[in-house]
Amino acid sequence: MATAPTTVDSGGFSWVRGWLRRLRSGDEIARLVTLLFALSVVLLTVILVERLWAESAQARQAFGWTFLISRVWDPVAGQFGALPFVYGTLVTSLLGLMVAVPLGLGAAMFLAELAPRRISDGLTFLIDLLAAVPSVIYGLLGIFIVVPVMRTVIQPALQQTLGFLPMFQGPAYGIGFLTGGLVLAVMIVPFIISVSREVLLAVPVDQREAALALGATRWEVTWKAVMPYARAGLLGSIFLALARALGETMAVTMVIGNNPNISASLFAPGYSIAAVLANEFSEATGDLYLSALMELALVLFLVTFILNGLARILIVLTARRGSGMAQV
Amino acid sequence: MSIRRMAGYAVFALLVALPAWAQSGRTTLLNAAGATFPYPIYSKWFDEYHKLHPNVQINYQSIGSGGGIRQLLDRTVDFGASDGPMTDEQLAQARIKILHFPTVLGADVPSYNLPGVTTELKFTPQALAGIFLGKITKWNDPAIAATNPGLRLPAQDIVVIHRSDGSGTTYIWTDYLSKVSDEWRTRVGRGTSVNWPVGLGGKGNEGVAGLVKQTPYALGYVELIYAVQNKMAYGSVRNSAGMFVKATLEGVSAAAASVATSMPEDFRVSITNPPGANAYPIASFTWLLIPARIEDPVKRTAIKDFLTWMMTAGQQYCEPLAYAKLPKEVVARETKTIALIQ
Repeated sequence: MATAPTTVDSGGFSWVRGWLRRLRSGDEIARLVTLLFALSVVLLTVILVERLWAESAQARQAFGWTFLISRVWDPVAGQFGALPFVYGTLVTSLLGLMVAVPLGLGAAMFLAELAPRRISDGLTFLIDLLAAVPSVIYGLLGIFIVVPVMRTVIQPALQQTLGFLPMFQGPAYGIGFLTGGLVLAVMIVPFIISVSREVLLAVPVDQREAALALGATRWEVTWKAVMPYARAGLLGSIFLALARALGETMAVTMVIGNNPNISASLFAPGYSIAAVLANEFSEATGDLYLSALMELALVLFLVTFILNGLARILIVLTARRGSGMAQV
Repeated sequence: MSIRRMAGYAVFALLVALPAWAQSGRTTLLNAAGATFPYPIYSKWFDEYHKLHPNVQINYQSIGSGGGIRQLLDRTVDFGASDGPMTDEQLAQARIKILHFPTVLGADVPSYNLPGVTTELKFTPQALAGIFLGKITKWNDPAIAATNPGLRLPAQDIVVIHRSDGSGTTYIWTDYLSKVSDEWRTRVGRGTSVNWPVGLGGKGNEGVAGLVKQTPYALGYVELIYAVQNKMAYGSVRNSAGMFVKATLEGVSAAAASVATSMPEDFRVSITNPPGANAYPIASFTWLLIPARIEDPVKRTAIKDFLTWMMTAGQQYCEPLAYAKLPKEVVARETKTIALIQ
């Protein structure tokens, strides 16, 4: 009964019947199915947040806002505070970024601009392999290789040369914020390299040729023409690496010292949110204890959410007409 | 219908029927979960018991004492296991009565890494408490040097290592320190996870052992088995009778025997710092948590039979795995408690 859809009947339902008729075609079904998939991801996020919120209710009621500024973590006395963990998470992640960003961007510049294609492809393959290594292996490498080197060589050297700065004072255990930051840097460098390399390769040849035509040297072409064009994508890669660093658990807990302590010194042991959740969650007895751990998870989620939001805003602000569309 | 399709249906029917046929011997499946410390001996026991009684299968998941207690309270497992006894609040939360059955004994030892010192160190309770409180910071402090005359202790900082994850090992250690030091009891207390005044945290006994082995001048506490298997240096501790006892399986069993007569009925006792000349002061039971009321008669018989076997023939498997056996006084009392399972 394929009549034209202009029947005059109870008005509201004509679009329903039109839609049901279109449903017979594959296009509409495909649209519906992919829409459901997209919505399911959103739904999962909503459920995750809702669960965190509900499970942390007891701790939120018991501590209120002081949870975010309290430095005490005492399961026996039932006093919990998030500040040492937030501090540790932020310090190790930022330290990791400070080491990984110059290294990663420099490597990406080399691989995209300067290296012959075959070498670039081969090295990229190896770097992608690094990104796939499980984090426990990085943790073991940290304990057995990085920590002794830090304790015997690097930390004493830093103490002798820069020991007047508060961040290089204190006993050199080998484990602590500095080692945690370095291990994180090693873990996030592959992400920065592979995404940045793709972004740099996607810059049109016209940009490079135009700069060369104006008399730029090779370095000036890279630094002044290519990088600014790809700025949005590069920032995206950096924030992708930051997101990985914030959530990294096993590698960090093996080398950070697991002591909820806020200290100006980078040699001191510390703690991060992901590490304390991994360590204490399975044995946590008592509802308030569990609820406090759930509230910590909620805090981590919020920190990640805020940093990603800032990243998006930064990307939007720095994108300009004529810049690359290679965004992450 | 083609031959191929008939064959396909036949295979399918067989696959469906096969598990039902395998079940026709009416295997009793018991689920248990809990402590990680006794996992090696429990899995050995459950395996040996299954060989003796092929129709009983016990499935144990070592998710930690806290997890075991939670699963038991949620009734998702038939029985649980814990390194620390359940508290009064937890027992009140359970809708049914829970009985504690000690199974084996474990001990914590103070393990250290002192380059150049090969003789075994002797620790007093006050020295250990002071070190873990952060008040004794150097190895050549008088509190340590006094009990180790003739040893040249270095003037280096002590690197304290403790557990970062919640565990029964921590419970034993903090329970002992709470008994020997008032300041520890008021400032830190006892628990599977505490607010340590000083120190670095390692995950698991392996983590602490690894950190102690790697860090010069470190001192940490590990389970006796780990110290023995990793060939770590560990010291002797002075017990309440004044003797310096190095942790051995006999000393640990002696600690339990010395409190056997004064133990409460429900076996929820701490045996740290006991009286007794040969007792090692930092030892503890680990318990199985059995509901007093089990509805299914088949499961009830299986559990009671397993407990009886565990206390008698099962104890022969303890020593090879470096767990201390239950003393016979405790076994006698436990046998009477088995009768309470209805």
